Parts: sequence; structure tokens; C-alpha cells
Amino acid sequence: MFSMKSRNLRGRRFLRIPQKFILPILIALVFVSGGTVFLKYAQAVEKEPIKVGILHSLSGTMSISEVAVKDGELLAIEEINAQGGVLGRKIVPIIEDGASDWPTFAEKAKKLIMKDKVAVVFGCWTSASRKAVLPVFEKYDHLLFYPVQYEGLEASKNIIYTGATANQQIMPGVTWLLKNGQKKFYLLGSDYVFPKTCNLIVKAQLKAEGGTLVGEEYTPLGHTEYSTVISKIKAAKPDVVFNSLNGDSNVAFFKQLRAAGITAKDIPTMSVSIAEDEIRGIGAENLLGHFAVWNYFMSMDTPDNKKFVTAYRARYGKDRVTDDPIEANYFGVYLWAKAVEKAGTPDPLKVRAAVRGLKFKAPEGEVTVDPTNNHVHKIVQVGKVKSDGQFDIIWSSGKPVAPDPFPSLVSNKIVLEPGKIVDRKK
Amino acid sequence: MDTKTDKSAIFKLKWFALVMLLLALAPFFLSDFRLNLFGKFLTFAIVALGIDLIWGYAGILSLGHGLFFGLGGYCMGAYLKLQAEELPDFMGWSGLAELPWFWKPFHHSWFVLPMTILIPILFALLIGFPTFRARIKGVYFSILTQALALIFVTLFIGQQPYTGGTNGITNLQHIFGFSLAEPATMRGLYVITVLMLGMAYLLCHWLTHTQLGKVLVAIRDGENRLRFLGYNPTLFKVLVFAISAGLAGLAGALFVPQVGIISPSMMGILPSVEMAIWVAVGGRTTLKGAVIGAILVNAAKSYFSENFPELWLYFLGVLFISFVLLFPQGIMGFLQKGRFEWATIILRWREKRFAKSSSPNGLPHKCH
Repeated sequence: MFSMKSRNLRGRRFLRIPQKFILPILIALVFVSGGTVFLKYAQAVEKEPIKVGILHSLSGTMSISEVAVKDGELLAIEEINAQGGVLGRKIVPIIEDGASDWPTFAEKAKKLIMKDKVAVVFGCWTSASRKAVLPVFEKYDHLLFYPVQYEGLEASKNIIYTGATANQQIMPGVTWLLKNGQKKFYLLGSDYVFPKTCNLIVKAQLKAEGGTLVGEEYTPLGHTEYSTVISKIKAAKPDVVFNSLNGDSNVAFFKQLRAAGITAKDIPTMSVSIAEDEIRGIGAENLLGHFAVWNYFMSMDTPDNKKFVTAYRARYGKDRVTDDPIEANYFGVYLWAKAVEKAGTPDPLKVRAAVRGLKFKAPEGEVTVDPTNNHVHKIVQVGKVKSDGQFDIIWSSGKPVAPDPFPSLVSNKIVLEPGKIVDRKK
Repeated sequence: MDTKTDKSAIFKLKWFALVMLLLALAPFFLSDFRLNLFGKFLTFAIVALGIDLIWGYAGILSLGHGLFFGLGGYCMGAYLKLQAEELPDFMGWSGLAELPWFWKPFHHSWFVLPMTILIPILFALLIGFPTFRARIKGVYFSILTQALALIFVTLFIGQQPYTGGTNGITNLQHIFGFSLAEPATMRGLYVITVLMLGMAYLLCHWLTHTQLGKVLVAIRDGENRLRFLGYNPTLFKVLVFAISAGLAGLAGALFVPQVGIISPSMMGILPSVEMAIWVAVGGRTTLKGAVIGAILVNAAKSYFSENFPELWLYFLGVLFISFVLLFPQGIMGFLQKGRFEWATIILRWREKRFAKSSSPNGLPHKCH
């Protein structure tokens, strides 16, 4: 009882503050706390994260390829965030599944732009999905980074094409073969827009550069029975098979080709859609000695590439491989971030203007966004498949090749400025 | 499916008017994006009505309605494409320099608008008449319709110069002079979709409440008896197949301007099966169920894929399986049956509580 009383007394005495100080102290407290709250609020407004959209097929037939590209984009975002983000703001990815279905791609693109109000979208793989979202990006005057080599004949002001166009992959590939004495071509492709347009270009090139066409065949996507095609190839006796098959058809074709006793020494193939990731599915033993033409190979011996491969494997597992499309939007994210810094805002219109002419040291070497056609200047390389599933780089253009989405061989159009395409004057 | 008195039919139409009004008011409380999405769901609801007519009432499961949806969609797509470009871009890059003759009529809206419905109907007649006359039914008919959908997908992909191949027809700009980029155009299209859905509903309601509806149910429940009674089931089957194909075509034509693309991926086997799932989830033999099922399944699809982009397919799969296990009659079937069963459960509970005396014969012993 006594002890309690004394504690109370002690407490009162300790807290006794002269009355005249109470008001100033209260005012000071209000100011300090109000100030901190305001500062925090101001910081929060300034440091509000930048939302970016990631739109790939995470389910369906295309997911096998597109998930890896999504991983590459997320890696780049994580790396940039670890370095403090862009404009001091964190990048927050919003991931959507295009589900290998083109109308779904259009729906999700609308959702990312209208509902989430993202600053940019990284996404798509097939030309079909790009064609499906293109009107959406043009309608809302937004920005898409598209990472895959394609057939060209397109140059939207709303798309930055970080993959190769025809004159940065298909055409140098054909020229390289012709110079190496492979004159008789057999064209084999899947039955859709990329292989068909690709072969349109190859045929024009053969005519112009002195090659001959001994056969041309298209099979539906997902086709797996190639014995007839292989007999036709045997009968036609080409110097090379120019292969633009896509997806799992490649597995069937190369296994059956090898089973028929045809190796790369007898009839080599040049593929435009087989990268390191696909080799894992087909099996390196079935592809040994065959050729592919790309802008980037995982086996490139440069410090930038080693850093990229190490980071990718550290993040996603030792058995994972990097390849051309993965790399294309990995540096695509960096290009965008650099453009945001340059523009001082994530506003898509301003970033679009800022990205033009921008240079970046990508894993494949220095890349530059072309100021007139929104494609990227990049080097071209030919690789030969080794037994470990990697490519032996046997030819390189040395310096970056300027993109020409409308090659004069097949088109009479010319890009004047982004989005402005006119007929070439005769 | 039961015979309804006129009074209840009128009561139902009052509800119908109320729902229509609510749908028509949706533009005031939905964002442009959600409205556009909802408009798409409503076009799917039109397909579901047609499938309910043939599957729910006549008992014929067609797994190829994507084909009719696609045909209607391609007609509309061709028209819109020609509005945007003199020579469609895919013809250009496929090496075609001039518009093929069968594309030329698609310049005119007076030709296209009826054709979006007539072409699917014509196809259904061509397929339906020999099939039903040969008395192909049940699972064989389902397989046949699936094969047809597959054939058409292969054809449309293969004929890239004429159809746009895998890409389909995209990059559409205007409809009747209105820009498709304008939110106002989208709202207009939404209202038209609501009107068309209402008309389709009334048509199906009317059909199922006339003699024809009873004949359809009779085909489902006892085709041979019907034949004995002097009816010719073939004609009725062909008729209902054609009507449901026409509805699918109409839906396809409404889908294209709202989504901005039509491609073979919308007419294949997968979307066709999905269409049957909508009706199964909503409840067969109830027109309301078909509409609710189509909207609900697609809303769930969008919701799950937006919130769980890497897992949504599993959620959807679980949803379908649990629906089939828990509500084999669909939502409407559950609600109708449920009303009765809840009553029995409550009564049984009361019986146990208040009358502990042994009277097991008081209620029907029903288990499910």
C-alpha cells in the first residue's frame, strides 16, 4: 500500500512540466508529425511504382517457348529494380496469359492498357498474336516491345521490334549458304504466315543471287508425319533444306530425317526457328552439324553475355538455356528503362519518341533502335549445332546490320518515319 | 420443358423486360473495358441459346458450333476488312494482287448483314439434311460435327491468301463509318448486342413454347414413338440445327467488331466444346441457364486469368469438374431441383424434431 502510493507520487513529479511550455510543445509535435506524414506522402507520390505489362502465352501450344521469354523480361525488371528502378521508381510487372489464342491476346492487351494503365507492354511471340494486338496498341496509341524474329513487312509506330526482320536473319542466311556453294534449295515450312512470307523472300533471293529451287512443302502446325516429305527431299537431291518449321513438328522432322539415314553431311539444313531452347526438345544428337541463323547465341564469348547467362541460370536453374528471343526482350526491357530515364517520364508517347536512336550494350553486342522504322540494328550470325546442344558460331556479320522491314525484293514499300509507310518511287 | 400456363409466361416476360433494362443500363456503371468484355460475353450467350435449343431441348449434342460462329464472324470480318483496306494486307503478303471474285460482294453491308446468318444456316442445312436423314445421332453426330470444325480450321489456315490463315482477319478500323476506336461505338455495339440477345431469347422462348418445342422434347425423349405418331423427326432436327447455327452466326458477327479479330482459333474444336460447357454449367433445357452459363463461365475465365495468370487453367478445370459432380443439371437445374429438395430437407428435419413418433412414410425418401 505504501509502496504503491510512493510510486504514484514519483510518477507525477517526473511528468511535471511547467504549464507555459505545454502549448509550444504540442504545436511542435503537430508540426513534426505532420511534416513527417507529409514528407512520407510526398515520397510515396513521387516513388509510386511504374506498372508494365507482360503478355505471353503461359498456357497452350506456345507456352513452351514464351514462358522462357517472360522469365527473361522479369529478370531484367528485377535487375533494374535492384539498382534502384527507373527515375527512382520501382517497376511492377503485371503478367497476363495470352493462352496461345489470338482473340485472348487482344482482350488482355486491352485490359493491360485500359484497366491497369501500364506504361508499356512486353510480349507476344507468334506473328498471329502480334497482328491481333497491333490494332489495340494503335487504337490507344500505346507501346509494345516485340521480341521475336519475324517475316517483316510491318512497321507500326506503336511497336518496337527487338527481334530480327527478314534482312537480319533469313536473307543473310540464304546468302551465306549460296556463297558456301549450296545452290539447290528445298524449302520446308509450317503452314502459316511466317514460313510462307519467309519463303516468298527466299525464292526472290534465289532468283536474284543465282540459286535454284528444287522443292517447296508446307505442313500444318503440329504435323508429325514426315516420311513423305523426306522421300520427296531424297528424290529432289537438294544441297540444303531451308527449314522454317515451327514448334513440335521440328522434333518429328529431325528424328525421322535421322532415322532415314540422312545426316548433316548428306543434306544439311538451315533453320530459322530452332534455338537453344528448341534443341533441348529435339535432342542435340538429331541436329548435330545442322545450321541455324540468329542474332544471338548462348555460346557467344563476350563478358556481357556471360553475365547475362550466369544471371539467368542463377535465377531460374542451372539446366536452363538462353536464346535469341529471350535475349531480345531482356535487352528490350533495358532499352525501355533507358528511354524512360531519357524522357524523364514513363508516358508511352514520350518514351516512344525517346527510344528512337537509343543504343544499348546487349548480351549480343551493341544494339541501336532505328529512328525511322522502330526495328533494331543487330549483328547476324550462323551457328552449327554441337553435341552439347550449343552452337558453334561459324560466321558473323561482324558489325550490326541495319533493319529493312520492307526488302525491295518482295515489296515496293518504304518506311519514311515510324508508322508512315509509302510506295517506293520507281 | 413443362407446359406453362399463359399467366406464368407473361410473368416470366416481365422478368425478362427487367433484365433487359438492367443490361441496357450497364454502360452507365461499367468501365469501357469491362463493358466491351461484357458485350463479348453476351454474344457468347446468343450462341449458348442456340446450343441449348438443339442440345437441351432436342437432345442433339453438336460439338461443332464454333464453325457456325466462325462463319458468321468471317463474313463480318471480311466486310470490316474491306472497309479498312482496298486489298486486305494478308492477300498482299501472300502474293495476291487482286481481290478474288467471292470477296467482292463483301463490300456491301446489305449483302453481308443477312449473310452472317444465312451462310451458317445454309451450311447447317447442307450438313444436317443428309446426316439426320441417315438417322445419324448421339455420339456419332457429335463426332461428325467435331470433324467438320477441324476440317474448316485446316481449310481456313491453309488458304491464307483468301482467309488470312492462322492470323485470321484483324486490324479492323470502321463499322458503317464509325471508328472502332471510339468508346461511343463500343457502347453502341453493346446496346445492339443486348437487343439481339433479347430477340434471340424471345425467339427461343417462343419456339420452345409452341408445338415445335414439344416436338423437340419428344425427339429427345422418344424419337421412335414420335415417328410412329406420324411425325418426321428429320425435318424438325434439320430445322433446329439450322436455327441454332443461325444464332451462332449472328453471335459471331457481333463478336468481331467488339473484339476486333476473327481467327480459326475461334472456330475449332476447343471453342466448340467450350460452348457446350457454357450450356452444361448454366443448365440445359432452360434458356435462362444457357445465358447465365455463358456469362458466368466467361466471367470466371477472365477473372481467374487476370488474378492468377499462371494457375487460372487449373482453377477453371476444378470449377468444371466440381460443377459436373455437384450440379449435373447445371445452375438452373440445381435451383429448380434445389427448391424442392430444400423443402424436403426442412420438412424432414421438422419431422424428426416435432414428431419423434415413427412415421417414415411421411415424406419421399430421396437421395442424390
